[in-house]
Amino acid sequence: MTPLERIQEHFSTQIIEVHAFRGDETAVIRPSSLRPMAKFLKETPELDFNFLMDLTAVDHLFYAGGRVQKEFRFEVVYHFFSLKFNHRIRLKVLVDEKSPEVDTLVDFWPAANWYEREVWDMFGIRFKGHPNLKRMLMYEEFKGHALRKDYPFNKRQPLIGPKDV
Amino acid sequence: MGINFFTSKLNDALGWARKFSIFQYPFVTACCGMEYMSTAAAHYDVDRFGAGFPRFSPRQSDVLFVVGTISQKMAPVLKMVHDQMCEPKWVVAFGVCTCTGGFYDNYATLQGIDTIIPVDIYIPGCPPRPENVLDGLMKLQEKIKKGEQSRTLYDPRTKKGRPAEFQGGYTVEGHIKHIESLS
Repeated sequence: MTPLERIQEHFSTQIIEVHAFRGDETAVIRPSSLRPMAKFLKETPELDFNFLMDLTAVDHLFYAGGRVQKEFRFEVVYHFFSLKFNHRIRLKVLVDEKSPEVDTLVDFWPAANWYEREVWDMFGIRFKGHPNLKRMLMYEEFKGHALRKDYPFNKRQPLIGPKDV
Repeated sequence: MGINFFTSKLNDALGWARKFSIFQYPFVTACCGMEYMSTAAAHYDVDRFGAGFPRFSPRQSDVLFVVGTISQKMAPVLKMVHDQMCEPKWVVAFGVCTCTGGFYDNYATLQGIDTIIPVDIYIPGCPPRPENVLDGLMKLQEKIKKGEQSRTLYDPRTKKGRPAEFQGGYTVEGHIKHIESLS
């Protein structure tokens, strides 16, 4: 039984979509089912996902041929790995534009701390319950979120020096 | 046996002395650092030009080597290091990122260090070869000998204060032209 089959069995109603490509298994879910599912992945002995490998986000604003996506503009992507069983799973959490917020996973995987700060910095997605949600890469004076697709690519916000470079 | 004379201006003697005792401050932030190290090590050997002694205190150094991409977040630090250096001081922009921002034309990168501190020698390249660096170093020595120092910043509105090859950011043609003008 693969990890994906196991969580499908357990959370059948909460999973929107699944796909697998050459053994890379993915489940697409809503923010409300993230924490129960993460707890399940971490604490089930047969799964034992003890390693958060990556946490990032995708902005689908102009995805699919220039069509502006308003509903579920963002996807927060989690990659989990089990050192014991050498298996992986990917979770994609759909986040809408109006309230870009998901729950934090810092208490399950401390590695999520800086990843979540980075996603907040670059995409402006808030993580509810994060102990220290402030910018990771950019400076506090920076306005906006640089990796959002509607951030102008030629906009500069220098700390010192000429302002309109 | 006659009397031997040696006449010169004091400034010439000072310039000559300074050009062979360059205490450099290596402000190394990125991949250009590898090329900087290779230039400094035995094979290319900047010690032949009297520049073999890096000082890691800005107060004791004469030349600021800015080696590698400078981000907007790093810019105030670079400015402070430059302000802490004693006169006379010179600045070398090492690599195209420091000259114009290079291909990092994005939200995070300073578009040329000459927008915040005056630059004496531009050494473009990604990264520049050690020969290119030594050539720049020799040109810097000429400047030091003559007692010349750059005092102006680049102004992006008037496009003044930067070699014409770098106007409007990095171009391949401009780069080739600059390399040809060096030889």
